[in-house]
This record gives sequence, C-alpha cells and structure tokens, in this order.
Amino acid sequence: MNILVCVKRVPDTAENEIEVRPDGTDIRREDLVYSVNEWDNYAVEEAIQIAERTGGTVTVATVGDADAEEVVRREMAMGAQQGLMLTDPAFEGSDGRGVAEILKAAVQRGRYDLVLCGAQADDGAGQVGGMLAALLDWPYASLVNRIEVLEGQRLRIGREIEGGNQEVSEIELPCVLSIQTGINEPRYVGIRGIRKVASVEIPALGASELGLDPSRVGRAACRVRKLDYFVPPAGAGAEILQGSPEEIAARLVDLLKAKGGLK
Amino acid sequence: MEPALIPPAAATLAGFPARLVFLLIPAVGVGLFAWILRRRIEPLLRAAPDDRFNRYGERVAAVLRLWLAQARQPRYLLAGVLHIVVFFGFLILGARSLQLVVLGFVEGFVLPGFGGAFGAAYHAAKDVAAAAVLVAVVVLAVRRLVFRPARYAVPERYGKDHTPEAILVLGLIATLLVSEGLFEASLVAAERQLGRPLQGLVPLTLPWALAALLGGVSREALQALHLAAYTVHDLTFFFFLCFLPFGKHFHVVTSLFNVFFMRLDPGTVKPVRHGVGEAGLDALETFGVKRFEDFTWKHMLDFYSCADCGRCSDRCPANRVGRPLSPRFVSIKARDLCFRRYPLRGRPAAEPEPLIGGIYSEDEIWSCTTCGACEEECPLGIEYIDKMVDLRRGMVDDGLVPQSLQKPLAAIEKRGNPWGKMEKKRGDWVLGVGEGCRVKGFDKGEQAEVLYFVDSITSYDDRMQKIAQAAARVFCAAGLDFGILGKDEKDSGHEVRRFGEEMLFQSLKEHNTEAIRASGARWIVTTDPHAYNALRKDYRDLPPVRHASEVILEALRAGRLALAPEADGVGTCVYHDPCYLGRHNRLYDAPRQVIDRLPGLRRVEMEGNCRDRSFCCGGGGLMLFYEPEEEMRMGVVRVKMAREAGADLVVAACPFCLVNLEDAIKVAGLEGELEAVDLCELVDRKLARPGGPGAANGQGGMA
Repeated sequence: MNILVCVKRVPDTAENEIEVRPDGTDIRREDLVYSVNEWDNYAVEEAIQIAERTGGTVTVATVGDADAEEVVRREMAMGAQQGLMLTDPAFEGSDGRGVAEILKAAVQRGRYDLVLCGAQADDGAGQVGGMLAALLDWPYASLVNRIEVLEGQRLRIGREIEGGNQEVSEIELPCVLSIQTGINEPRYVGIRGIRKVASVEIPALGASELGLDPSRVGRAACRVRKLDYFVPPAGAGAEILQGSPEEIAARLVDLLKAKGGLK
Repeated sequence: MEPALIPPAAATLAGFPARLVFLLIPAVGVGLFAWILRRRIEPLLRAAPDDRFNRYGERVAAVLRLWLAQARQPRYLLAGVLHIVVFFGFLILGARSLQLVVLGFVEGFVLPGFGGAFGAAYHAAKDVAAAAVLVAVVVLAVRRLVFRPARYAVPERYGKDHTPEAILVLGLIATLLVSEGLFEASLVAAERQLGRPLQGLVPLTLPWALAALLGGVSREALQALHLAAYTVHDLTFFFFLCFLPFGKHFHVVTSLFNVFFMRLDPGTVKPVRHGVGEAGLDALETFGVKRFEDFTWKHMLDFYSCADCGRCSDRCPANRVGRPLSPRFVSIKARDLCFRRYPLRGRPAAEPEPLIGGIYSEDEIWSCTTCGACEEECPLGIEYIDKMVDLRRGMVDDGLVPQSLQKPLAAIEKRGNPWGKMEKKRGDWVLGVGEGCRVKGFDKGEQAEVLYFVDSITSYDDRMQKIAQAAARVFCAAGLDFGILGKDEKDSGHEVRRFGEEMLFQSLKEHNTEAIRASGARWIVTTDPHAYNALRKDYRDLPPVRHASEVILEALRAGRLALAPEADGVGTCVYHDPCYLGRHNRLYDAPRQVIDRLPGLRRVEMEGNCRDRSFCCGGGGLMLFYEPEEEMRMGVVRVKMAREAGADLVVAACPFCLVNLEDAIKVAGLEGELEAVDLCELVDRKLARPGGPGAANGQGGMA
C-alpha cells in the first residue's frame, strides 16, 4: 500500500513560551523552536507500520518554505522512504482550503492508496484533512485511533468518540484519514537517524509542477482571514484560590461540592 | 623399601596394567575440557572488540586484590569467609590433585619443588585445607538447603532454581576431599600394620581420622580401597573439570581472567565501538548492542564468570523497589542464551536474535539508574553499566525510546535542557542570589578565574536554583573569583550519554567544551555530581574540575569561610552519598568533613548503606522523566534509612538527590520529622553574615 502522510512544521508548544505580539498579528517568533506537529508524528508512525505489514511505500509531504524541510527529513529518518516539499512563494498565506488544494494536486500526481493527516496541528484549525478528502472526493474519517487492513481494498478503522468510546467502521480505499495521538508509540529519531538521511534529495514542487491555478491558493485566495491574536482577559467567573496548599485543596473541595462537581 | 600397598601406577586391573587406565582418564578428561573450552571461546571470537590488553600493572594489582586476596568477599561476611576457605583450599589442594593424577602413571611422582621440607609442610597444609574445606562445604550445603538465603532465590520469570547445581558441586568437592583422604589414609593404615608409620598426620584432618578408622582393616581390603579411592578421585576430578563450563562454576576457570580484564575506571562509559573514534561514529552501520554477538568479548566473559551469588541484585536499588531489573539475571539470561546459540555440538545459531523483546525487556534496561552498586559489589569484576548503556544505544538506534524520554531528549536537542526552557533564561537564577554577591557572566564578556558549571536542573528548576544561589553566596564568602556560562551553557549530557543517545551527547560535549575553553577559566567547580562526572570522565582537555564540597572544605580549612556560632540546639544529620560523587568518583570524605566543621550538627551514618554501599535515591537527569514500573520509590527506601539512622536532616550533595529525597519525604509522610538539604545550602545557612540576617531569600542568616 502506498501511503502519503501530510505533515506540518509548527512551533513546539512544549518547548516554547508562547507570547502574542503587541500588534496582535501573530505570536512572537524570535525565540521559538519548531518541530513536527505532534499528531503528524503518529500518522507517520502508523503509515510506516502499515507499510511494514503490507508492503508499499510511505511518502511524507509538507506545504511550506525551505525551513520546513527539516521536518520532512526527520520523518524520513523515522522510516518514510520519500519526501516531498510543496513550496512556492504563491502558496504563502494560504488558508486551510488553499493548503488542501495544494495537497490535492500532490496526491493526484502520485499513486496513493491512503492519505494520512494528523487530526489537527498545534497552530491549526483541524480542517485540512476533511477538505482534502472532499476535494479528492475520497471517503474520509477523522480522529482515527486504530487501523486494520482488510482484504479487497478496505480498512477497518476505530474512531475515538465522546467519552472515550470507540466507534468501528469500514472504509474503502483510497481514502483520507486524520490520525489521533495515541494510535501508536512513535519511534524515537535521534541525531544519528537524521544525519543518515541528511543528503537524501527531497524533490520540491511548485505551483506549475503541480499544475495548480495560482488564483486558488495563497493569501489572495483566502476565504478566511485572521484578524487578531490576543490573550483573553480573565473572566469574571474565574477565581484564584489563595492560601496554603491544604487550605486551597479544602476550599476547592467545598467549591466542587457546592457546584455539584462532587457528589 | 617396598610400599605397603601397590601404588596405582604399578597396579593391575583384571590382569591389565592400571597405568593405562590412569593415563586414559586424564587424556580423555583434558581433551574433552579443551574441546569444551574451544566451543565456549567461539562466541568471544565473534564478539565486538574490547580494548583490555593494556595497563598490565593495574590489572595485576586488581588480580592480587580481588582474585587472590578475595577483597570483596567479606562484604558478605559468612558467605565471604566460607568462599575464602574454599578458594584457598582449591589453590592448595589443586597441587595435590595434580600430583595424584600423575601418580596414576608415574610411580612416586612429586611436583617439582614439592620435595624436602617444603613437601612435608605442604603435605600437612593440604590436609588442614581439606578439613577446612570439608567443614565449609557442609556449612554451605546447610545454608543452601536449610536457611536458603533470599538472594539465591530464582523468581519464576527468570527460570528454575539453581540449588541442585550448587548441591551437586558441593557433593563433587566433598567426594574429591574424601577420596583423597581415603587414598592417603589407606596407605598410612597399611604402613602402620607393617609397623612403620609414615610421617605424622595432623590431628583432626581427614587422613588422620580415616587412618584411625581403617586400623583393623585387612591389607587386601586396604589395597582395594587405595585403588578405588584413587580411581574415584581421578574420575571425579575430570568430571568436575568438564562440568565447570556448563554453569555458574565456570567462574572457577574464568574468574582470574575476568578480574584481570575488568573495567579499571569507574564513572566512565565505553566508546560505542572500541577502535572507532568520535569522528568515525557516523560511519558505523549500527549502534549499540542489539543481538548477542554485539556484546564485547569481555562482556561475554562476564556472562561466563557470573557465579550467581546474587550480591549485585541484593544491592541493586532497582531490584529492591520491584523494578523489572535484576543485574544477576542480566548475566544469567545472557549466559543461557549463549549456551543455546552456541551448543557444544552442531553449528552456532546463524539467525540473529534480538535481545530486546527476547531475553530482555525495554523496561528492564531503562530501569537501571547506573548507580554502580552492582559493580562495586561483584567479587568477580563483572560490569553492568556499560552493558546497559550499550543496550540503550541499540534501542535508541532502533527508535525504541519511551515517549516519556523522547520529549526531554528532543528538548535537550533543541534548547540544551530537558524542559525546553529558553536558553536566555539559563542564568536567571543569579537574580535571586541577593546583595553582596555578584555572579559574573562569561556569556556577557566578563572574565573570572573559576567557571561554575551549573547544569540544567540547578539552572532552571525553581527549587534547585536555591542550590546555585547558596553555592554562589558561599563562593563569594570564600572570596572565589567565579562566573557562569549562562546562555552559552548546555546540558552536560551525562544522562543523555548513559541513556544511549551518544550522538546528542557528542554535540552537547562539543558545544560545552568550546564554551568552557573560550571562557579562559583556570578551573571548574560544580555542585552537580553528574556534571562533575561528565566533565571529568566524558569530556576531554578541560581545565581541572572540582566538586563544591572540595572547594568549600579547602576554604574552611584555610579559614576563608567565617561561620556563625550556633545558637540553637544540636540537630542530627546524615550524609547521603550521591552515586556519581561517591562510587563513581570516590569522593566520600570531603562532604563529611565539611559537615563536621559546621556548628550545631551531630553527624550519624546510615550504617551498611553509606559510602560505597550508598543506596541510590532514584537516579538523576533523564531518569527524573522516566516512568518506571515499581512497587516503591527508591527515595522512600532511602529516607527511611536516614530516619532509622536517627537523623532529622539528610544532607545531599547533588540536585537530583535533593529532588528525589524531598519528594520521598512527602511520599513517606516524614514531613516535619526529616528535612533534606543540599550541602551548599547547609553551609550557606551557617555562614556568618555581617550585619545580621542579610541573606538573600531569608533562609540564611544567624540561624
């Protein structure tokens, strides 16, 4: 089975102190470090495991500038055989639909049986997977946390639904799945692994190679525009408990009881 | 003068010269033994290289101390003394057994140099030795069968009990002793019957007792007994020899070599592959130990040498708290695997067999804190830390790293500390040092004589920053001209390396080495034993490195630190030896001497669990992030030991120890009864402060 995994380079939320810029246009990026979006890591691991079981290849694609190559390389160090950079100045500022358009073109250039995305990105809106499936007119399932390959171009998938319950479905290939964390244990990629793939050529495709109409991507094509970033002011309902840990704990228990949280 | 009995070499068996039989037995025995040894050496020839043919003086010294003098045996007093008796009995009786073997085909044979007065003395000595060994064998058998010390038990998951093998061997030894005694006694009894007693026998020895018993037995019967005893001895001797390489008694053969080739430098970690320098690491196909043949030949020799005495696991803190690790079985399982893969007959197994998921589990290998208690205890010089690190290198190379460790490793790679905190905030702790003490910053272009290497936890952790602040105040009070690297410092990588991420360690080492050398500092001080060990043992070409306790002791001795007179009553404290200060660097006394110079403190010891027998608090560095399977925290065991020693204050000299001990005090419910403090903080509290309580965060002052 040939699998394409869509990955994204994001500010590492675990290793940054995120602050909003005073002008509200973005977060402060000077001291940020970046990494692969956590969900995407699980998607790549799942793809590698499926390919190990059933044969086939895993390709990792990202939409982004030259900096984004590091995440493709890291995922290749995990075991993806091919990388794909989807990069073009015309892509800059694309909204979710724009990114889905770019990915759709990349999917159609290859022969993929399965496309995996992370369920969402740390800095995203969780929309690209679904839009990509819609644009391709492929079946789609979101928040997938179990994949079993069946005979006859079908998958049995498990989805996490409200309350930790499990929903099991069958889906036809080719399809798009968005992957939830916890579906597996992504393997560790060390410096040594990255160095091993450091000199592997990663093809970069722009709008013309992908046969994309530039008017459908980029900032100008956005139908959703970001207006502002701000830290919400503390609401009136919030209460900061004061005192020693014991006093705070006692007060918290009282409050929880009073509001019906503890019975 | 004819001997009273026909000696073995002159006897006939059913009309056949016995000499031929007694020549055949050793020929077959030695041949078989040589063949078995050749098969046992086979895996060692396929093993990874190991650089041990060096430093012969130190190696001979190790052999004299650990092998000949049995220096570590008395650490377990009864078993140790019994072993020493048996060991020296073997050395003494080995010569006699050799003589007996040759007597089977050379009449009147005496080992070269064993004639005359020495021979007579030896003759008496070997009888005394035999008697002592026989007593020891009986006591050992009673221990094994009746008292059954817990450390010999084999938990079900590790296979079957080893008692039958132990009892068989004790039986073989007893058979050798008794048959030798009978051989001697039958001749003495016969000579006595002819009225010509041989040399006197030492009272209470086997030949003495047996000869007395055989006084009334006929010459014919004595003759038969003489030959039978000889034959039994001969057969037992060669059976025992050939049995040795099948189990834990292989150590009888291998221990001399194992001790000779043992690891000489505590605290160090072996290179990824001996003979491959740091520049060549990128070119290596694979990293670490993934299959049996990836072990070095010395590590395989360790597996052969393990005597299954259980001392390592008895001292192992991971084993003690129920983690899935028992160093003893790391060896025994590998030895059993080796015997399976390299059978005596037939070809060695060709297909590789992964160790992880095979004989070892991932959790087993991550459970080790590298505290070194096992290696300190092993009477045979078996090493474990390098094996753990090698197995982890293999797991890291295959991506088998628990998520709990992946995050801090990634953060160290990106930000130089396991929490992913900002580089520019690494030196922020100096803001809390307080008035009257300024910490210079090499990263700000300042110069100083001494570099204080703080390392990650002491730089960033809210609680541990207090150690750095206290240390800075003490250094200031001692008049030290010091500075820090600030944002230019990265994690020392001590645990990064010991958790198997060698390449990340190498990049940290390069970065820090460059920053330290560029600082121009003449020497380095650190409050973190892990950093101390890394800079001393893992880094190269740095200025001298000292632990804060050494620096403080020197300042106290020189009268450069003024202490406040103690107003309050006397408290009882106990010093907890951090593994990487104590066992790995032999720094036991400086911290104790510092404490002893402080007013208002009485110091006790956790007897049996201090100095080189210190019990690990739970491990430092990345071990703080690992979530082990365990029944209890190591720190909880440790604070209970401190409490039992009567202490109300446990003094650590390591930030990781302090984290673990403080947590453990809470978990054990000892809050209010026991306090944990770092040595630097303790000294800071006792400093005389001009103008009264002027200490920065209010914790010092004229207590």
